[in-house]
Parts: sequence; C-alpha cells; structure tokens
Amino acid sequence: MTDPLVTFRNVEKRFGDFVAVRNLNLDIHAGEFLAIMGSSGCGKTTTLRMLAGLETPTAGEIHIGGKLMNDVKPHERDTPLVWQSLALFPFLTARENVEFGLQMRGVDKAERKRRALDWLGRMDIAEFADRNVDTLSGGQKQRVALARSLVMEPQMLLLDEPLSALDANLVIRMQGVLTRLQKELGITFVYVTHSQSEAFAMADRVVIMSQGDIAQVGSPKDIYRAPANRFVAEFVGRNNILTGKVDQVDAQAVSIVTPAGRFLAKPPENEMPTGEETSFVVSADLVSLSRDEPEDANKVQVTLISEEFIGSVVTLFLESNDGHEFKVQMQEREVLNLDLAADQSVWLSWSTGNAHILEGG
Amino acid sequence: MMSSKMLNIVLALYVALIFTFIFAPILFSLVFSLNSQRFPTIPLGDISTEWYAKILTDPDVWEAVRNSIIVSTSSAVLATTLGFCTAYTDFRYNFRFKGLYLALILLPPTIPLIIMALAMLAWLSRLGLSGQLWSIILAHSVLTAPFAMAIIRLRLHQMNPDLEAAAWNLGGSEWQTMRHVILPFCAPAIVSALCLTAAVSFDEFAVAWFVSGLNKTVPVVILEIVQGNIDPQVNAIGTFVFLTSMTLVIIAQVILFRRQTKSYS
Repeated sequence: MTDPLVTFRNVEKRFGDFVAVRNLNLDIHAGEFLAIMGSSGCGKTTTLRMLAGLETPTAGEIHIGGKLMNDVKPHERDTPLVWQSLALFPFLTARENVEFGLQMRGVDKAERKRRALDWLGRMDIAEFADRNVDTLSGGQKQRVALARSLVMEPQMLLLDEPLSALDANLVIRMQGVLTRLQKELGITFVYVTHSQSEAFAMADRVVIMSQGDIAQVGSPKDIYRAPANRFVAEFVGRNNILTGKVDQVDAQAVSIVTPAGRFLAKPPENEMPTGEETSFVVSADLVSLSRDEPEDANKVQVTLISEEFIGSVVTLFLESNDGHEFKVQMQEREVLNLDLAADQSVWLSWSTGNAHILEGG
Repeated sequence: MMSSKMLNIVLALYVALIFTFIFAPILFSLVFSLNSQRFPTIPLGDISTEWYAKILTDPDVWEAVRNSIIVSTSSAVLATTLGFCTAYTDFRYNFRFKGLYLALILLPPTIPLIIMALAMLAWLSRLGLSGQLWSIILAHSVLTAPFAMAIIRLRLHQMNPDLEAAAWNLGGSEWQTMRHVILPFCAPAIVSALCLTAAVSFDEFAVAWFVSGLNKTVPVVILEIVQGNIDPQVNAIGTFVFLTSMTLVIIAQVILFRRQTKSYS
C-alpha cells in the first residue's frame, strides 16, 4: 500500500485541563471516504479542525502528504472544510461565495467566474448563481457550500456534520450526491458525524471515537458485526451484549457461562484465560427466533415483552428467565408468520461465529 | 377584552405625551424661525425667511458651521475606527480582565459632561493642545467612541463565528479576511456608527465650549447669541442643527435595522 495521505502520530489536544483528543494514531489514505463518528465532545470535530489547521495539537505530529503540518496556518493549507453551520458569506451571492477561495488565491476574475459557474452547474444550482445566499433553501445552501470547497480542487475535503441541519429526505439525497462526488473526483473525504446511518451509508472506513480516544476503526460492516468493545457495541446499538465467566477455551470456541445460560463465542485473537469475566455481542438481526426448542448450541428461552416497528423491519424485545433483555431484528412478514402474542415463551438461537468477544470485558 | 383595550389607549396616550414633550419645543423653534416678529409671542407675524437670510450672511455662523463639520466628521471617523477595533478585540479574543476592559471602554458616557469637559480642558492644556480644533476632535472622539463600539459590537455578535475561520480555510490571510469578510459584514454598522457619532459630536456643547477656545462650533455660537440678546436667529440655527442631527440619526437607524433582518447565512 502507498504511503497514507494523512498520518496522526500520538496527537494530543488539550484545552486547559480538558483533553479533547488523547494520543491519536490514525492513517488516512488517499481517495478513501473516512467517517469519524462519536457523540458530542468525543474529539471528532477537534480532530477535523486540527486537519484544517484551526487547532494546533498540544503534542504529537500531523503529516499531510508527508509534510509536517503542526504549525502550518489554516490559509496555507489545501484542506477546505464544509461547515456544520455552512458559514456561507451572507453579503455575497452564491457565485461570489464559490469564487471566494479562488479570489484569495489570486485567480483572475474571468477564470474565477468560469470555474464558479462550472461548479454551480455540477451541483445543479447554476440558476441561483446571482442570488443572495440568504434567499436559498437549506439544500441549495448546502450545495453552494460544497461547490465553494470543491472549486479549490483539493486533495482532501473535510466535512463537519454537513447534513445535520437538513430534513430526513434531503439527507438521503445529499448522501447520494456526496458518495457520487467522492467516487467521481477520487479525492479523500473526511466526514465527521454523530449519525451512524450517515457514516455507515457513505464511508469506506469508520473511526469511532470516545472521550478523545479511538474506540474502533474498521469498515462499517466490521464495526456493525464485530464491535471491538462494549462502548462501540452500545454505540452501534441494536445488539445483544452478554457478560459471564470464561469456562472453556479451544481453537473453535470460547465457552462462557452467563446468568442467562452457557454460550459459545468465536475465539478472539488474544488469549482468553479461563475464569475471567468477559462479554460478547450478537447483532440483533443475526438472532433467530422459533417456537420450538432449536438444535443450536447457543439458545435461550425468553418471553416477548414488546415490539418496535420501523418500516418493514421490526425489533422485538424479549426477556430471559434471569431478566436479561434480548433484542431481535427481523422482517415484518417473518414476525407475522410466527404469530406471536405478548408474554409468549419462545426460543432464541444464534451461531457461534456471530458471537464476538469484546475487548476489555 | 375591555381592559386590554383601555390599556392600549392609555399606552398610546403616554407615548403621544412623550413625543409631545420631546418635539414641542423643537417645533416651536421651527415655527418661530419662520416668524417675522422679533419676539416669540402669539399671535404670530408673517412667514419670513429673514432670520435664515441673516445667519447666512453672518461670518461667525459660517465659521462655526465649518468648524462643526470638520470636528464632527473627523471625530466620527476617529471614534468609529476606535470603536471598531475595540469591538473586534472583544469579538475575537478572550483574555483576563476582559470585563474590566469593556467596562473601561463603555465608561465615558457615564461621566457627567461638565466633569469630562473640565478634565479634558485640564489635560489638553497641560499637553498644550487646548483651544485648537484638534482638541475638540480628540475630546469628541473619546466621548463618542463607546457609541460606535456598541453598535459595531452588536453587529459582530450577529456574525456566525465560523465565518472568519471559513475565510482562512479558503486561503484568506488574516488581513484578507478582515478586508473581504469582517469589514463587509460590519459595513452597515460602521456607516451607522459614523452617522451617530457625527450627530453626537455635532450637537455636543459642554466639552466643545470648554476646550474650543476661539474655534467655536455651532452649539457654542448659539449660546453666545442667546447670552447677548433675544434673537430669532437662534431658532433658525437650532432648526438647522436639529435637521442635521436628525438626518444622521435616521440614516444610522435605517441602515442598521434594514440589514439586521438578514444576518446569519
């Protein structure tokens, strides 16, 4: 693999006593769509702002394209940012907003205009070129903001929760626009969001941050199926976390005794001492539900508590005898076929390969 | 229902009364400035522009108008520059004792004008600057800078704080950003501040009287005319001063409030 476009080496950012980012090590590769996800205050925006030079790391090194960037001023970088607040210049028209960066770089007037109009056209908003940005709708402003950054022809585009102010329909549309753009341009997108659906829908790789640390880096599928630790498992949600003591370990499986019963999980890479407390996770959509006792090794008898209906997918909430809550996600028609009633006793089961042990218990 | 209707009537009357008290004397001055009779009595005489003609031929009045224009425009520019810089400092930076800094800046209007005038006179004469046009300009700049600062600060607070960083992010240096983002954004407030500080300076009497020496401004000349005798010229000058100040204040208000509706992007 070629050298990464961006490297963070032991990067730390403090604001007084508050540690926003703690010992961050991360490579970003040229041409990838990387999402940084986490709840507010996890350090994701600070990380992005350090890439743009709007914050200076208090320790560690950030390289972009092999060059040490710690003390490079924001205006000397090629890292345009799409702001959560959009930060369009309200006293300028859409076209003048798009021209702004080129004007700062000393591009002459005719060329500026040509390139700005070209980008407004690519974003399907050419007809609003001479309108004041305040008179545009949310989606149109969003497109102006994108055009304003992309007209600079950067190697890397930074996006800070750019879709958070839009309504749900528009978010889906803009997600399509962004993924298409990223593929067409072949540039790196670094996308900060608190929304799992945005990150998972668009990104090649997702970084999950928690309290200034990276909790997990991986493809959306890896993170969803095999969350590395309890934080990620809970953050991703819609899964079942069970805690118990390691009973037996062999090459195929780790056997864990929990209050809800004895289960097998996929062995982790590092060694598992017997007798130690550990947790494992099973995605809610990988759990099967049946009325009769199944053959599988991993099974538990539960009673139905409630269900939550989201479109064609239903999440069932069930409880085992020891009071542990289980979640099962399935298609609505499957649930109808089972013909369940509240308080009914049913069996849950899953295959050992879908049970992932979490790091750090 | 009834009581709220009553309340509305009472409030409307109250507002009418306030305006009457403020504007009646000015209106009288306007009326008498166009009255041919020497003494301000009713019944009025004929409509006449005699007093306006008289002040137009009075070299002292011309001199005072010239001084007032120089003083008010110069101090407006100085005060607005000062006001902009302090407001921007407040917007951009956080530092210890910032509260104290702001309090000190907003202090001058709270000092009684006479005290301010005396202090200015003592200070400027010690520097050998008293009795010159410059001294009034300096004094008025100090006096009006807080107004400029307040207006511009208000505008800066409406600015999306990301706007400045967005300009840096797009390759603008700090100076380019100042010129292409901060100043255009503040332009309406800057124009309002110029008008308002010019109006305050144009009207200001106490400080001007103390430090002016022989360089009298319009309000100082008015007092001298009134001290001498009862002369309807005063009404004519007064009307002129009132119209000038009102025009400036109205321009300031219109610019400030027309733009305020569209602030954030």
